[in-house]
Amino acid sequence: MTRKRILAAMSGGVDSSVAALLLQREGWEVIGVSMDLYDYSKVTRDREGTCCSLDDLYDARRVCDTLGIPYYVLNLRDEFRREVIDPFVQQYAAGRTPNPCVLCNEHLKFRALLRKADELGAEGVATGHYAVIRRDSDGRCRLFAAPDASKDQSYFLFSLDSPRLSRIRFPVGAMEKADVRKIASGAGLPLYEKKESQDICFVTDDSYSRFLETRGIREDRGRFVDRHGNTLGNHKGVLHYTVGQRKGLGIAAKEPLYVVAIDAERNEIVLGTDNDTFSEDATVASPTFVSGFPPGKEFRSTAKVRYRHPGAPCVVRVEGDRLAVRFDAPQRSVTPGQALVLYEGGEVLGGGWIECAGTSRS
Amino acid sequence: MRKVYLDHNATTPVHPEVAVAVQPFLSELFGNPSSIHWAGRDVRKAVEDARAQIAAFYGCRPLEVVFTGSGTEADNLAVKGVAYLPGNSGKHIVTSQVEHPAIMNTCRFLEAHGFRVTYVPVNRQGIVEPGTVRDAIGKDTILVSIMAANNETGCLMPIGEIGRIAREAGVLMHTDAVQATGKVPLPWETLPVDLLSFSGHKVNGIKGAGGLLIRKGTELAAVLHGGHQERGRRAGTENVVGIVAMGKAFCLMREHMDAEVAGVRRLRDAFERALFGRIPELVLNGHPTERLPNTVNLSFRYVEGEALLLNLDMLGIACSSGSACSSGSLEASPILLAMGADPTDAQGALRFSLGRGNSDEDIEYAVDAIEQVVNKLRAMSPLYHPREARAK
Repeated sequence: MTRKRILAAMSGGVDSSVAALLLQREGWEVIGVSMDLYDYSKVTRDREGTCCSLDDLYDARRVCDTLGIPYYVLNLRDEFRREVIDPFVQQYAAGRTPNPCVLCNEHLKFRALLRKADELGAEGVATGHYAVIRRDSDGRCRLFAAPDASKDQSYFLFSLDSPRLSRIRFPVGAMEKADVRKIASGAGLPLYEKKESQDICFVTDDSYSRFLETRGIREDRGRFVDRHGNTLGNHKGVLHYTVGQRKGLGIAAKEPLYVVAIDAERNEIVLGTDNDTFSEDATVASPTFVSGFPPGKEFRSTAKVRYRHPGAPCVVRVEGDRLAVRFDAPQRSVTPGQALVLYEGGEVLGGGWIECAGTSRS
Repeated sequence: MRKVYLDHNATTPVHPEVAVAVQPFLSELFGNPSSIHWAGRDVRKAVEDARAQIAAFYGCRPLEVVFTGSGTEADNLAVKGVAYLPGNSGKHIVTSQVEHPAIMNTCRFLEAHGFRVTYVPVNRQGIVEPGTVRDAIGKDTILVSIMAANNETGCLMPIGEIGRIAREAGVLMHTDAVQATGKVPLPWETLPVDLLSFSGHKVNGIKGAGGLLIRKGTELAAVLHGGHQERGRRAGTENVVGIVAMGKAFCLMREHMDAEVAGVRRLRDAFERALFGRIPELVLNGHPTERLPNTVNLSFRYVEGEALLLNLDMLGIACSSGSACSSGSLEASPILLAMGADPTDAQGALRFSLGRGNSDEDIEYAVDAIEQVVNKLRAMSPLYHPREARAK
């Protein structure tokens, strides 16, 4: 008898470890894998809080030893550079604040690992994400937020479509964290908490600007301006700033000033008051939908404009290859470069990348 | 599942007679060889017997053998031992672009400490041309270090000729013979080499023991400082079990090497022939003949080495890709790149290294499995079009 084989993406953390264990209990032949994405010897050796440091690989290997399954580290450095680092650099240079973790999920964890699954004769890929895949009777797959809202990671998964979801499993996705930990301790697995998308794993010394400089993105000082174009002072280079930022601007004013917009082309940073950081609408580029299609030409939805955003009711209009999203109530710090993810109830409809946000103009 | 081990350049199984020979040293013979009393005496004798066995194998004097903890340590001792001699600071070393990391990274370390190093290239077939060494040697060159055989391709370097060039220039010659030992003759008496590294576990001994041959009269600074063991050349209580195992292994090699090498060569040639006969678009990395008798390094075009290696592992076949990163994942081999291999070919390269204990059945099983996996992976590759490939 041959058992069905599946790849389990392992971080060494409790969630992916229990995911692998549960699949094993279901009777799968589980192959543990981790991704080698970057030459971490160039980053500080003992950094914590990233997805896949060398220490994490050690932890993952030890978990697989405990489970008695093979463990392979897959070299995906080329893909990572091409699909994550290069776009990150380009986005930053264009004055956006990109979210490389979403790109990594889409291109590496799911696309590249599914290719590896094919190569290794496995049916699919499992991870320790908190999100729920429902398989309809007609074979279509739908994606839902995790019931445990504090753990929900569906935001990072919006770009997965039904065909890909059909080959993905989130064995702990619908579980309570406490239960996951209980299963882990029952099976003698470590209870490490690996952080996801806390720090960007390939950026050294917590300094984006230094990293970007090594990639040939030059730092030019420029002007801080107000919404009318009046000069307020000088900035250190657009790479140092992100929309919504208040600290570290070095500008004295009557009321606190925030970064409202970044104009990389003119090398200007627009500052405004708290009120100015709110947007009523956003344009979303490269939208994708889990079902393959938007639910309509115009539809109501709830949009999350960043991870941990509670979600804002909105109206979405499909305009060519873009979405025009109008929030019912203005939203703070809608940041170009970040993903905007559309939900209906708990279901992920799809999403895309914020291209520009309409600052409320009074 | 059948298990076939084709990774003898990584390590070899412990010879059953070696396992027997070390038994007493895991129980009653526990003494410290440096002790004067009865407990030390017998153990000291065993260490010196092993030294004599190794000396007999190479044809050197017993006191020219210095035990170390590994082949890597022997390489470090050779290179740093010369570099750290008084008056040598900041001088020049010649080595090649295809050395083992034990030499490569030691040289890089020395470069960071003010030494100059020339890494001579290899030709398209992976062999260092003696002329390049001659051209690289300068007035302040203190050492030439060229491996006897390459670990990834098995290529045999002309160390006799290179050694003569070094000698004419009055420069010390070191060779890393970790892979060559036991597979090709290394007659110490006629070899123009002053320092030679070897390892126990590559020749059916036990991991954790190696050694350096130091030609009589050669000055060398110590790298490990401490007690007077190995006449001050390598401090630290001896790894008695590893050394006894190595002595036994060298003794067995002296007796059986010719017959065993002939058997392994026959199997390797049959393996290679069968693969080339059944799998198109195959590239041999390395020299067709100037090569270790047990090694074959191949690039399977349109297939990633990693996918092939992992699939073979799942079928019970152990082989290797040249180079593993600190994470344990695979990367394109710098050695194949230095040979001018196409980067895609370098990424798709696998090394098969045979050894005693491999059988005709092993080879048949491995060839069938490799053919099956390569066909499966090529069928998935968007780049592979068999008809075009055949037309080329």
